[in-house]
Order: sequence, then structure tokens, then C-alpha cells
Amino acid sequence: MLKVSEVCRHVRSKNAGPFWITLDLWFPDRATFDRYSSSQAFQPAAIGALYGIDPTQIKCFPVPDLCVLKISYPRVRAQGGVMERDMHGGQQYVRLLDVML
Amino acid sequence: MSLSSSINILVPVGALGLGVKESDVFARVSDADAIACDAGSTDSGPAYLATGKAKYSRDSIKHDLSILMRAQAKAGIPLLIGSCGTSGGDQALEWTRDIALEIAQEHGLHPRIALLYSEQLPELMAKKAEAGRVTPLAPMKDSDPALFRTCDHIVALMGPEPYIAALEAGADIVLGGRSTDSAVLAAVPLMRGAGQGVAWHAGKIAECGSLCTTHPREGGVMIHVGRDDFTVEPLGPDNQCTVETIAAHMLYENSDPFLLQEPGCTLDVTQAIYEAVDQRSVRVTGSKLVAQPYTMKLEGASGCGYQTIMLVGIQDREVLANLDRFMAQMRDVLVTRVHANMGERAGEFDISLRAYGWNAVCGEQLDAQTAPPREVGLLLVVTAATQEVATQIAKTCNPWFFHLPLNPCQELPSYAFPFSPAEVERGQVYEFKLNHVVHVDDPMELVRTVFISAKEKADA
Repeated sequence: MLKVSEVCRHVRSKNAGPFWITLDLWFPDRATFDRYSSSQAFQPAAIGALYGIDPTQIKCFPVPDLCVLKISYPRVRAQGGVMERDMHGGQQYVRLLDVML
Repeated sequence: MSLSSSINILVPVGALGLGVKESDVFARVSDADAIACDAGSTDSGPAYLATGKAKYSRDSIKHDLSILMRAQAKAGIPLLIGSCGTSGGDQALEWTRDIALEIAQEHGLHPRIALLYSEQLPELMAKKAEAGRVTPLAPMKDSDPALFRTCDHIVALMGPEPYIAALEAGADIVLGGRSTDSAVLAAVPLMRGAGQGVAWHAGKIAECGSLCTTHPREGGVMIHVGRDDFTVEPLGPDNQCTVETIAAHMLYENSDPFLLQEPGCTLDVTQAIYEAVDQRSVRVTGSKLVAQPYTMKLEGASGCGYQTIMLVGIQDREVLANLDRFMAQMRDVLVTRVHANMGERAGEFDISLRAYGWNAVCGEQLDAQTAPPREVGLLLVVTAATQEVATQIAKTCNPWFFHLPLNPCQELPSYAFPFSPAEVERGQVYEFKLNHVVHVDDPMELVRTVFISAKEKADA
């Protein structure tokens, strides 16, 4: 078992408009992408549990040409309100790093 | 329309005000058919739309716009700026207009400037919602007309049509209100007969300037848009576009990397092919455009309460070893004191404690095994109905926020607070309210175009 941070060469998160966050996971090569990108840990049920999101709203896009897995999920609260802690959503990827694959 | 050669768009920077490099622009402007970039985004939060104020400083905008206006005049090609003043609202557009007129006067320039207004009256959008002409976008589920009436400002994102109409009517410079980033860059290629799919795709790839290059802080790019292909190259001679940097830009701030919804169309890049032309430029083919009913995305924001904050630094090891308990105790003490001292005068309020260095960003309970931090910055955020009440609540919290011991029988500590007075009035809090599209019969229906002459204004 390896952590996401040990498998991926780069992981990032960012707003995709004020109502969505998008995660991009970059695998080092096609073989690693093929082996891990459809892991249970990246399925909507697991991502939903990790981020507290309804799994039916989560979208996953494998981009094999780039060896990237993209996962997009709606924000719990729209960007920028009273309870905002991460305006750009730029730190939301961090909790993925220790997930075991 | 026949297309004998590519249409070349110089994209000087990812956002006006970020830093246009004069030497790069003047070195390449003679190869360009137009200069285009955007000046706005929702990405820095709702305050800019709700207040009409810009994110970047006036001097930063003036620095960049001055270079572009002088390059426009020298080359005699159109200059298009989208989403002026961050939000692209009317006030932000006119703020940009005034900077442009000042530049024109200072440099003896006489461009014909078109202003494209796309701010919408909340009541009009509520009526559109009542008429069933507004559709919610996920995760929103309905289009309650009341929601539109709660917005202080609403903008509709324009497509390329108003830019094209302004250029056809003789504009040298088009300053646009809120627009999709891609539309501003695609406008001139579409007007001059380039392929629709490649024009939109090129616009999307180049929208953030050099973010699609190997040196994302190095200025801009040039897009060469043809009938069936487009090529992207960096402006800076030492920078590079690679197949990966270009293809990967479809990931950036997009929830879907293959399909991009734009006014009146969907860009589909599922079959796009990216090939290196040489060491620094990339050619793209296979971009497709699917026509859709014409819709404009709506963004709306409004104010919702006021905040006052206080910050304290804590190095006390016993507190840090029991930080969650300490914060829970503190919250109880502060809320109880506010109720006891202020009663109903406090109104509906919120006290949020955020320990930077511990769990302020995630806001969740950490694993019990997590080692204590060496120090934390504990931020107190008070939200209330008015600034005055928020500040009174913060002042009511003051003694215990700075001197609450971990255990009741300990002597009173003094945590390290950096400011006097301790409280900082942060102003109003703003929220994004809308995630909808409005259906229009014509791309110009919700857009007002105003022509101004820099010369007349300068003479006035």
C-alpha cells in the first residue's frame, strides 16, 4: 500500500468557479496511471466521505494522454462567505496526500 | 469567408494588472492582428463584484494598459480587454474607462473606445427567472426569483458577439464588462473567418497568458488561429510551450477538462491533437464546437454582515498540548460573556476561533496523535449585523481572548498580541449568490454598447 503522495508526482486543487473545487492528480507515467487511477480511493464514494460531499455530485475524469486524473466536487459553501477558510480552494488537495492506494 | 493566413492574437498577460512586459509586446505587435486579454475573474472572491472595486491597484492597471494602448496605436490593430476591473460590473468598467482616458490624454492618443456594459438589474433577472428564462447550474437546483432580488450586483458573461459588433462599428479599443475569458480572445479570429472550434479552443488555452508555458510568470503568448488548427507560442524569446503545458491548460480551473460551456456553444476537445511544431510552439487540431441555445452565465453577489477580527500568538506549551480543549473552553467563555454583557444588543452573531499552525485551514478535529505545534496564531473572527456591533462583541471578548488560562486555578496568562488597539475592523462580508444561466433571444439583448472618443473627453 502506498500513499497518494508516494504514487503521484503532483497533486493540486483550485476553484473551478465559486461553486466547485477541482483536484488534478498527476501520475508519473502511463503504467502508474493505468494501475492507480481507477483505485477505490478515487471513486465518488471515497472522495465524498473524505470531503463531506454527496457522492452523486462528484465528477471524475481520467485524462490518459496527460496521465492525469481530475476530480471535481461542489463546495460545501460558495466561495468567500462568512466561514471561508480557503478562498482559492488551493489547499484542499492536502487531505488526499495521505490516502492509501 | 476565405482565410488566406492565420489570425494572430497577442495575449500580453493572463490578467491586466499582473505585469505586461513592454519589450515583449512591442517586439511582436507588428505580427499581430489584435491584442486581447482579460482583466477579471471570480477567483479572488465575491467582494469585487459586490463592491464594484478592482482587485489590482490603479497604478498596476495603468502601467499595463498604457503599454497596450501605445502598442495599439503604433500597430493600428484592435485592443480588446474583457471583464474590466475584476468583476466586469458597470462601476468597474467605468473605473477602467477613466484610466484609459487618462492614458490617452497623457500620451496624445485618440482611439475610438467602445464600452460594453453587461451588468444586469436584479429585478430584471428576477423577472427572467419568473418567466422560466433562467436555468440553475449544479450544484444549485432552482431559480427562485427572490434569490436574484437579494443580489447587490449581477453581471452576465458576454460572448464574442458584442466585441465583434463594436469592432465592426469602428472601435479601436473595446473595454468589456464581464465576459468569458475565451470569448475576448476568440472574438477577432471568429470575426475574420477562423475555424470556430479552434478559435474558442485557442482562446481557452491562452486565457491565462503564459500559464500555458514552461515559465508561467513570464508575460504572454501569441495564438495563430487558422481554419482547422491553431498554434501557441510564448512571447518571451526564452520561454517555451510544450505539448504538456498546452494540453494541461484545459485542466486549469475547469471542472470538466473536455467540454467547456460558452455562450451559445460547447467547446469539445475530446478529439484534440497537440503536436510540437518546434522547441517553443505547439499546434492543435481536432477542436470541435457544438452549437447550443444562447445563454449567458450570471454571477451575483451581495453583502451579508460585518466582521471584526483579533489575532493572538500562543507559545504556551501546556495550552498547545491541549489546544482543542482550550479552544472549546474559550469559545464557551466568550459566547457566554457576550450574551451576559450585551444581551439582545449583540443580535445574531458568530464567533469563530481559527488556530493557524494547527487546524485553521481545514477547520476539523485533528487526529489525537498529532504532535502539538510550536506556536499558533489564534484568529478570532466575529460576524454580526453591523460593524459597530461586531466591534463591540470583539471588545467584549477582549479580556478572555488574551488572558484565558487553560485551567481555572492558574494565574492569568498574557498571550502575545501584536496590535494596539487589538481589534481590526474588517468591513463587510460578501457572498456569491448565483450559479445560473439566462436564456437570451440575441447575444446583444442584455448588452449596452457606448462609444466614447478619447479626444473629446481630453478636450472637455
